[in-house]
Amino acid sequence: MQAANANTVATDTTDYVTVFVGETMFGLTIDRVHDVFVPAGITPVPLAPKEIVGLLNLRGRVVTALCLRRRLGIPAREAGAAEMAIGLEQAGETFALIVDGVGEVLKLGADTQEPVPINLDARWRDISLGVHRLDGRLLVILDVDALLAFGDARDAQVA
Amino acid sequence: MDDLLREFLVESAEHLDTVDAELVRFEQDPNNQQILRNIFRLVHTIKGTCGFLGLPRLEALAHAAETLMGRFRDGYPVSGSSVTLILATLDRLKAILADLEATGSEPAGGDSDLIDALEQMSSEEAPAAAAPPSLPVLQALPAIVERELKPGEVSLEDLERAFMEAPGPDDFASEPPAPVAVPKVEMAAAIAAEPAAPAREPEPAAERSAPSASAAAEGGEGGVAKVQTIRVNVDTIEHLMTMVSELVLTRNQLLEIARRHEDSGYKVPLQRLSHVTAELQEGVMKTRMQPIGNAWQKLPRVVRDLSAELGKGIDLVMSGAETELDRQVLDVIKDPLTHMVRNSADHGIESTNERIKAGKPARGSIRLSAYHEGGTITIEIADDGKGLDLAAIRKKAIERNFAPAADIERMTDAQVAKFIFHAGFSTAKAITSVSGRGVGMDVVKTNIETIGGVVDIATELGRGTTFTIKIPLTLAIVSALIVKANEQRYAVPQIAVLELVRVDPKNDNKSTNTIERIHGAPVLRLRERLLPIVTLDGLMRGQATVEEGEVVESGFVVVAQVGRQRFGVLVDEVFHTEEIVVKPMSSKLRHIPLFAGNTILGDGAVVLIVDPNGVAKLVGQSAQSGAATETEAEEIEAGDAKATLLVFKGGAGGFKAVPLSLVTRLEEIDASKIEHLGGRPLIQYRGRLMPLVPADPGITLRSEGNQALVVFSDGDRAMGLVVDEIVDIVEERLDIEISADRSDLIGSAVLRGRATDIINIAHFLPLAYDDWARGPRKTTVKAPSLLLVDDSAFFRDMLTPVLKAAGYGVTIAASADEALAALKGNPGIDLVVSDLDMPGRSGFDLVAAMRGAGGRLAEMPVIALTGTVGADAIEQARRLAISDLVAKFDRSGLLAALSEIGEAGPSGDARAAA
Repeated sequence: MQAANANTVATDTTDYVTVFVGETMFGLTIDRVHDVFVPAGITPVPLAPKEIVGLLNLRGRVVTALCLRRRLGIPAREAGAAEMAIGLEQAGETFALIVDGVGEVLKLGADTQEPVPINLDARWRDISLGVHRLDGRLLVILDVDALLAFGDARDAQVA
Repeated sequence: MDDLLREFLVESAEHLDTVDAELVRFEQDPNNQQILRNIFRLVHTIKGTCGFLGLPRLEALAHAAETLMGRFRDGYPVSGSSVTLILATLDRLKAILADLEATGSEPAGGDSDLIDALEQMSSEEAPAAAAPPSLPVLQALPAIVERELKPGEVSLEDLERAFMEAPGPDDFASEPPAPVAVPKVEMAAAIAAEPAAPAREPEPAAERSAPSASAAAEGGEGGVAKVQTIRVNVDTIEHLMTMVSELVLTRNQLLEIARRHEDSGYKVPLQRLSHVTAELQEGVMKTRMQPIGNAWQKLPRVVRDLSAELGKGIDLVMSGAETELDRQVLDVIKDPLTHMVRNSADHGIESTNERIKAGKPARGSIRLSAYHEGGTITIEIADDGKGLDLAAIRKKAIERNFAPAADIERMTDAQVAKFIFHAGFSTAKAITSVSGRGVGMDVVKTNIETIGGVVDIATELGRGTTFTIKIPLTLAIVSALIVKANEQRYAVPQIAVLELVRVDPKNDNKSTNTIERIHGAPVLRLRERLLPIVTLDGLMRGQATVEEGEVVESGFVVVAQVGRQRFGVLVDEVFHTEEIVVKPMSSKLRHIPLFAGNTILGDGAVVLIVDPNGVAKLVGQSAQSGAATETEAEEIEAGDAKATLLVFKGGAGGFKAVPLSLVTRLEEIDASKIEHLGGRPLIQYRGRLMPLVPADPGITLRSEGNQALVVFSDGDRAMGLVVDEIVDIVEERLDIEISADRSDLIGSAVLRGRATDIINIAHFLPLAYDDWARGPRKTTVKAPSLLLVDDSAFFRDMLTPVLKAAGYGVTIAASADEALAALKGNPGIDLVVSDLDMPGRSGFDLVAAMRGAGGRLAEMPVIALTGTVGADAIEQARRLAISDLVAKFDRSGLLAALSEIGEAGPSGDARAAA
């Protein structure tokens, strides 16, 4: 997996969709982002893994919504705070990643890229591909596959 | 041209499949002109289209086949070899079409081998005089096609030329010199007329081809249906479906807005929009469904070819082809089905000689059937062949080390049979070209399992094998009840719902249903039975039990049944039923047993579909304790016979219990209403006098306040067992220590960590009615005598009084061996009631031994009692001619089964007496 990911980063420049969660800015490679929308009408799923917020109808498709905050283990946003969703696809399934906000698309070269700092929280480290040094702030690149890899161990156990 | 070619490919492939199937039918029924005309028309269509598209190789081949078929039509005898030849030709056509699809052009090479063979067959041994005149007619057909084509091309060119030149007159007309214009216009007219002549030429051609077309049309009744279908890309339908869902959502938003503006002029058109949208949605849904027959189309040909190749006569019988399936499911099961049918034909059906030797009909048969059953679609593939050689499979499984030998030895037949789905398994002695390569069955199983289906095998040596494929709701469209619990909506598959009961908080009006509690556990009285209640909201919070103090007073109880388990699910509101498309759960959520999938409702909301099986499992578990661990869950799955017991307090504060299934009702009566007659306490109960018996000598009847009663009834008699307090209902595996010294107790057991006495109803019933236990219906001429076989003393003691009370003479046996001895020693026994799950020799063994013993025992009716009713058990019971399979503790079920046998029995007795 690491090798495959290195590929996407090693190309000259990569476009990233930036999203915000709390104070942190994250980047998702643009080719994995199918949609940006305002999540509405989420049906909670009882007994689901904690990362999953519920199911929602995205133009006739049932999409599993997961909360980036919960995935990262940071406190939930205040009730009524703005939310945005990023549509991601993996193995034929569509997921909606709920974030606080969506920023602009950044075109970044490999020169600003740094490896993930080793002192980062393990939960963060597992789903990050690297960090870009930007003017005045840092951009953490998210590994979409790793992001969506939660709960698998549990599935395997059940099966 | 590309589109045209693609369309041709799809259409031809379909036609060829149909021809395949029709030919096989035709071979069996050579006199059916209707079938022949169908075939002829289809091949002709293919040939005609090939000519039109300039595919000479296909055309020549189709033509040769058509010629031969034309001769059949004219009465030439149909032989197996000629059909084989035509089928081979069709295969070649398919191969060429496949190449055409891949490369866009016909592959190089010739088909002279087949064409020669076809021509030879159609010209040689022409005994029928009718043949020669038919030939020219047939040859004329392609000629028409050709002629139709050629003038068409010519006329197109001509018309184009005419068109090009047509502006001419206009140009001239725009030029002023009139005198010159006259001849020029004439010339233009002449020019226009000239192409008009050739343009007219195709008309006769068209006319000429019309009769042939109409002849073809009249030749097949399917002609009209054909015209009425069009091909639509699946993606288009999916997209349409999505768009319609969106439309519904938008409409609902509009309706919402209109509702807020009272005087809105939109109302009427919106109403219309609403209707149209609903109909549109329904229509689009329908397009997803296809009859399963579509997946079966190829099978007659497959079986026919195998039958020829293997030299066995095999009939394929299909039923339920019209059963509709979701397109996606159909695609997935198509190949597994074909493989399984091949397998049955190859391995299942014996050779003709073997069949005759075994005294079976020479032709084997494979029965394929499909039907909807209990929320699933069931497909059965049954052959009447030799059955699976379980001993060989066992041996092989050990050889191949699929599981530890000791485990395999202990496995049931059904489990052993499932080894054939193991990768790399094949017991066929000789590997044939058809199957036996050890690949396939494991793929079959995997394919079916990917869509959440299950495969079961029932087999009997020498009798045949039946594969049962059950495909669950997933992907299919089902009718579901939309309910609400804790402000969230859920869909409950209608198929599991028996009825809906409205429940209200307790009030004086006795007509309403009220949920009662026994030590906090909610139950509902429903037609003389107690129904355990769970709340949907509670289930969704992961608790199958209802918390103390939780309000479960009003709402609706959805009465559901899964297998033999019946329970009520309390919901807040019930809306309506809706046809829903079940969408599979996300891979992240699939492990939650409560949900079968999810769906988008008409208003655009995503709703979870409750899986009744999952709920049933949780309900079963809840009896254990709040924190059910995984090991406990496994215990349940292991199918240990458990008993549901009613626990009450009686006498010196001790706990006592009685099987809930024996209990008719729980009552709390006003103690002041208790009367005494002849020194015995009685109460007026439902218009009759019901004797009251204390459950323990230590219990004294209350003289004021409420008195708790456990009511037992049988027919029109009822007895009230006086108890101090009703405590709980528990479901637990019983481990009873029998106590011999007290007749009112069977023994004691540990229930929920408390020592509990299990009372013996047999002791109390005679206290209420002197004659209860002594065969009360002395009026019956002769009490049928039955043998009760059960290894558990508890069950024996529990059932004996019940059976005696119902008027049967009861002999008991604690094991199969004891039972056989009793049967041989006592000729007075009329029937047997046996437990199936016994250590050592099981109930099935006992019945098998009886059937094998011959004479009286072989014919003797048997009722089997079982803790779990599985498909395997039912199948085995059927084969052993077991009259009925009754769940343990289903007292009324047992009595009903007995009386059914009794109805058949007395007439026999009467005959014997006369």
